[in-house]
Amino acid sequence: MKKKILIVDDDIDYIFQMKLKVESMGFDTITAESQKEAEKIIEEIKPDLCILDLMMETDDSGFILSYKIKRRYPDVPIIIATAVTAETGMSFDVMAEENQRWINADLFLDKGIRIDQLQREIKKLLKM
Amino acid sequence: MATFKILVIDDEQGIRDGTRRILQNFKVDYPFMDEHIEFEILEAATGSEGIEIIDTQQPDILLLDNKLPDIQGVEVLEYVKNKHYDIIVVMITSYASLELAVKATRDGAIDFIPKPFTPQEIRASIENITKQLFLKRMTQSLNSTGKQIRFQFLSVLSHELKAPLNAIDGYLHMIREKQFGNNVDAYTEILDRSMERIKGMRQLILDLLDLTKIESGKPTQKLQQVDVRQIVQMAIDTNRPYAIQKDVDIYLNNKQPVMMKADAGEIEIIMNNLISNAVKYNRTGGRVDCFIEKLPEAIIISVSDTGIGLSEEDTQKIFDDFVRIKSQETRNITGSGLGLSIVKKIVDMYKGSVNVQSTLGKGTTFTITLPAPED
Repeated sequence: MKKKILIVDDDIDYIFQMKLKVESMGFDTITAESQKEAEKIIEEIKPDLCILDLMMETDDSGFILSYKIKRRYPDVPIIIATAVTAETGMSFDVMAEENQRWINADLFLDKGIRIDQLQREIKKLLKM
Repeated sequence: MATFKILVIDDEQGIRDGTRRILQNFKVDYPFMDEHIEFEILEAATGSEGIEIIDTQQPDILLLDNKLPDIQGVEVLEYVKNKHYDIIVVMITSYASLELAVKATRDGAIDFIPKPFTPQEIRASIENITKQLFLKRMTQSLNSTGKQIRFQFLSVLSHELKAPLNAIDGYLHMIREKQFGNNVDAYTEILDRSMERIKGMRQLILDLLDLTKIESGKPTQKLQQVDVRQIVQMAIDTNRPYAIQKDVDIYLNNKQPVMMKADAGEIEIIMNNLISNAVKYNRTGGRVDCFIEKLPEAIIISVSDTGIGLSEEDTQKIFDDFVRIKSQETRNITGSGLGLSIVKKIVDMYKGSVNVQSTLGKGTTFTITLPAPED
């Protein structure tokens, strides 16, 4: 059976493109456009991996969502994909140790990541 | 012409030479910069050599390999951190070592370049960092001269400008790679989305121009007796084509001139924003009602729509910069998130007030009160 990847982002164009990329790697996808919508989805479906945007309803929606997903499914790997770190100087806060402990994401990636790198990271996290 | 010093600490001669070749003629410019930024490349083959150069030459950016012959890259990083040097550190590392990445990030490394890297990768990273450093330095210098700079604003702005670029870039790649084969409809759809994103970006730039006008201060303000009714009528006419497209009718209650001392351009910006919102977030077949009322000491202007409305929670934050209310109804509507913040800023300049009353699913009314003492 194909593995299911949950993609959460408030940019519908990003979702559209990411969905195609991930499906071309041979995975199934579920998408959500907000933290709230994603929270509803995970109540019913356990994805095999999640790719989350950082800034959605609030500046730190991705972190909160990551925390909640990990609490429910500790074994589901989470990638936080963001365009924020490289350009805002916010990365200091984002990467602070105390934050990382509770955010619990497995990987932080830049949104501009190449598809082959992304595929490699996904496979590594899924131990494929 | 500004020059940033980049120190490359790597024991591989090839990496140092390559970096020098890639970056020595590289220039970065930015909408906020008046000038280009160029780079001067310094090199060190070991950690201790690197530290010596850091102490004596004060580089701006450090490209740091972790595996060095003497001490580890992360130790150099720690040194920079402990000395409180204003240096941006980028780790050059094999992509796989996540643990190192996490540790280095905790110690202040700001980016990672996978090894081996392509010229594009290193240029992109340096470009980002340069912009970031430039903004940071600008903030520091402006703060030290007592001026307030809205670093957060610029940060979010660069994010807002980058998101549509990424989307369009992604779509263009899909077209170039002919990802949908001969399915013409699929291409039409993503071209439409690209154009929508360009539209959004254009609106953002227009809003920024309005903001600049406001924030540049009073000198450009042309205060004179203006007819507010006429300005509202102009804003209605501007938005009419869009309203027709959406099958929304716009009405104005007042036929008499309403005079006040104001800058016509600023009042027009307010009205344009309120009326275009009222159309944009309306339902098909809805209506927009504009009221103008002259009181002895003030002028009251209100714009009501029959649109999607706002929740109590949302009405609290809509006047902040870059706030957009996200819901199923708004997902296909583009906007910069600046319009109402601009409205609020102008109204504040006139020592007036802006209120919002809204019912979800029913509609929203914005009411503006501008003090207008009789001469």
